[in-house]
Formats: sequence, C-alpha cells, structure tokens
Amino acid sequence: MKIAVCLKRVPDTTTKISIAADGKSIEEGGVKFIPNPYDEFALEEAIKLKETAGSGETVVVSLGGDVAQETIRTALAMGIDRGVLLQSPGSADGLEVAKALATELKAGGFDLILFGKMAVDDYNHQVGVMTAELMGLPCITAVAHLKVSGGAVEAEREIEGGIEVSTCSLPAVLTCDKGLNTPRLPALKGIMAAKKKPLEVKPVSLGSGSLTVQSLNLPPERPAGRIVGEGPDAVVELVRLLRSEAKVI
Amino acid sequence: MPTVLAVTENRTGVLRKVSFEVVTAARHLADLLGATVDAIVLSDGAVTGTEELGKWGADRVLLATHPDFRLYQPDGFAATVAAAAAGHVAVLLPASATGRDLAPRVGARLGVGCATDVVGIGAEGGKVLVTRPVYAGKALQRVRLEGTPAIVSLRPNTVPPAESGKAGGAEKFDVPPFTARVTVKEIKAPAQAALDVTEAPIVVSGGRGLKDPSNFKLLEELAAALGTAAVGASRAVVDAGWREHGDQVGQTGKTVSPSLYFAVGISGAIQHLAGMRTAKTIVAINRDKDAPIFKVADYGIVGDLFEVVPRLTEEIRKLRAES
Repeated sequence: MKIAVCLKRVPDTTTKISIAADGKSIEEGGVKFIPNPYDEFALEEAIKLKETAGSGETVVVSLGGDVAQETIRTALAMGIDRGVLLQSPGSADGLEVAKALATELKAGGFDLILFGKMAVDDYNHQVGVMTAELMGLPCITAVAHLKVSGGAVEAEREIEGGIEVSTCSLPAVLTCDKGLNTPRLPALKGIMAAKKKPLEVKPVSLGSGSLTVQSLNLPPERPAGRIVGEGPDAVVELVRLLRSEAKVI
Repeated sequence: MPTVLAVTENRTGVLRKVSFEVVTAARHLADLLGATVDAIVLSDGAVTGTEELGKWGADRVLLATHPDFRLYQPDGFAATVAAAAAGHVAVLLPASATGRDLAPRVGARLGVGCATDVVGIGAEGGKVLVTRPVYAGKALQRVRLEGTPAIVSLRPNTVPPAESGKAGGAEKFDVPPFTARVTVKEIKAPAQAALDVTEAPIVVSGGRGLKDPSNFKLLEELAAALGTAAVGASRAVVDAGWREHGDQVGQTGKTVSPSLYFAVGISGAIQHLAGMRTAKTIVAINRDKDAPIFKVADYGIVGDLFEVVPRLTEEIRKLRAES
C-alpha cells in the first residue's frame, strides 16, 4: 500500500491573530506554527494503514516555504517514511495549489492520497477534492470513519442531521475529519530517526489564480455586554432582556 | 443578460432551508450585477419547496432529475452543476456538508477558484466581492473573484431568506453523462437525532463546568424548552469524550452564527470564541466572573450553572406556556 499525505503548516489554533503591514495577511512574528490539525488525522491514518498492511510506503507532501521542512520533519517523526517539499509561497486560490499537488502526485502510483478536510488558517475545504478532480480520482471528503479492504473504501462522513456512507475503489483521495483516529505524538526515537529520513525539496511556481485577497481585517469588536446578575435570581431579568431587548426568544 | 446560478439542496424530497438562503443571496447578487437568477434542483423526482423558489428570487428553476440523484451523487452533481453554470456570471452553493464537497469539484471542472464559507457578498465593477472568515473567524478576508463563473459557497444562517416574488417557472435540465466514481449508499441517523449546531437558530453549549457528561441533560432540557435549539460543546469536553465531535464549536470544530448562543460552564478559550463570536446574541453562565467568555457575552449571569440552568429552563417553559 502506497500512501501520500498532503500537509500544511498553519498557525497554532491558540494564536491571537494580528494583521501584517500589507493589510492582507497575518503578522507571523512570534506566532507558533503547527501541522494543520486535520492533516494530523491523515498522517495517523496513513501510518496505521501501512502498519496493518505490513508493507508499503508513506510519503508526506507539503507546499510551502522552507520553514515547512520543520512541519514535514514532525510528520516523519510520527512515522511517515519520506517527505517532499513543494517550495512555493502558496496561493489564495486553492485550485492553483491543487494543480501543483496533482502534478507531483500523478507519477507516484499511490493507492491512497489523504488530506485534512480543511486547513484551519484559510478555511478553504478545497484543495483535497480539487486535487482528486484534476487527477480523475474518486474523492470522499470529511471522512470520520474508514474501512479499506480489497481495493475498496467505505467511508462515513457527518452531514447535517446524519451520517453519509460512501464507497469507492482505490486509488482514491480522502479528506479526513476529527474522529477518524487519535494522532500519535512523535516519540524520541521517531524524532531521532526523522532527521535521517529523505526530504526532497522541489521549487514549484503557481499560476496567478482567480482569487485576489483585497484585505484582511480583524472582526468588529462585540459591544461590551453586561452582567445581568448573580445566581438563579438573575434568571427572570435575563429572560426579560432576551425577550424585550434582544428579541431572540 | 448575465445569470447567477443558485444550487439548492434537498433531503428525502424536501428542499432544505439553506436553499432559500442561497436563492436570496443569488437574487441580491443578481440585482447588483443586472443579472437573472436560475435555481437548480438536483433530485430523483419531485421536490417539495421547488414551487417556492420564485418567491425567494429565482427567475427560472432548472429541474435536473436523474435516477442516481436520490442521495448526493458527487460526480453526477458536479457534472450537472458545471454544465448548468456554463456561461453564468456566478454560482452560489450552500457551505453545507454537501456544498463544501461540491463547490471545489465544480471549480476544478470549470478551471476557476472558489470562495468558500462566505458571510457577505457584493459586486464591484462587474466582479463578485466576498467577505469570508479565516482563522476560524479571528479575521475577515475580503476577496475578489476574477474568474468566470465566480463560485461562492455561502455559510448557513448568514442570509435570512427574503421574499422578492419572481416567476420561478420550472424547466427540465438535461443531466450530462457522468462517471460515478463515488457512490453514496445511505444516510444513517446519528446516535441522537438532533439539529445541527451550524443550522440551529439557538445553540446551547456546555463546557468543563458541567463536570460530568450526564449533566448535559440540563442543557438538553433547556434546548428542548427553547424549541428549535441544538446542544453544542467546547473542545475540552469533546476531547474528553463527553460529546460527539460533530457538536464541537470552535476553531477545530464548527463555526456557528445562531441568533442566540448560550455558553454554559465554558471559560471562553480563544479557539472557542472564534467559533461563536458571530452569534447575534450571546449569553454566558459561569461561576468565574473573570472568565473571558463574559468579554464577548451580551448578557452574563455569574453563578452556579447547576442552579441557574434549571431555573432558566423553568422560566422559558413558563414563557412558552403563556405565549
């Protein structure tokens, strides 16, 4: 079983965001970066599937700047066999990123290509499924439960008020949701081994794309609220305010 | 005349509310662009609510009927929407579980990028301009779509359906041939049948302050008293296994914009605030008067939730009984 995982380096979810001088991006100074949390489910699944199969290869592919090498090493420390960095500043247009990934992955002969369901920075939910479309492969998104056997996939994904059960055959692209597994933490032995694992760096250039970010702003502050009171005695006044002032009940 | 395509969504033969939101937003955009609105319905037969699409702003309704469209058929839907979108100025979809899967497929097939999870839509110089939350709502990005069509998915609950009384006459739309690479076999009911937090007008969320998973019963009772309300959860209690991850509100969970949000026993970590700060009205109930949640709450009660919540449920029930 040959499995690729696409990985993005993103700001830690506990980070407070401030806007950079260009007014279009975030100030990166002092920000801690982590592997995209949804991509960690993909990494874990790839490692588990290879362990179950008893043989095969896992490859992590990340598109980003040189700093993404560190994120790739984290994946290698978890147990992925080798890494590829597609060196690029990236694009606001997910389709341009998908094109670069599809070009890289096409020749790889992968049985499975895994992504996180979305990146927690740009919230696009796009690159995985677009990559699949460009490669002409089946794709199931936001997978929270997965069975792979006999060249076929059965996957469950959460939809509003239900669980959608889908099937497809391999090779396939899947995007992973929380609930699929519990990603392992890199052990010391893995961290040492990761330093010696191959990491190939390939510069890529992306097209200009069809989305232009005009500005990035902090959301308007919520107007100061008020403490209605203390304890259960404040409930009557709260209900009155919700009904007569906020008009929401 | 240019046309905006609105992609509707149905389940078991009934249009979902988000369809009317998308048609309303498409109408708004079409009026800015001097365009008309086509609404497309993908199904295996008649869909209740189709006759209402004109009311919400559709000039024309396209019926794309196919025996494989009983449930979502990713490849078939993508082929059909891509064919229907040819020559259109914009395509609007819901940013629902289905829409988030479908929009990028259509984009890839038409060779244009998409703007997903949009909360504001406008136009400038004939181009579509959108506002979308990034970093889980910690920042808002303004994006201009240069490609044609402009593909946009709209976050549920951000555009209230508004009537504009258009004709909405229905026509058959031929589903193009497609290769079904993925098959949706069935939709299973979730462990507990419940309203999704992203679509509920009222969300009652609980955190570590609930102390034990069984105490979520208090929030379920409050939600039931409020009527159409969903129960959400903080990351801490989802990670502890108390609640399903589908209920999680926050940066690694769902972003919600209900008209009323209750944060009960939730301190207000930055990643939780990111997921609910666009709620219209926020109520916080917490023992700790210094909890960050009170900084974003419109109304707060400092106190023991085990005393406050049952009292609140009782008062809401009384109110419901009176009105």
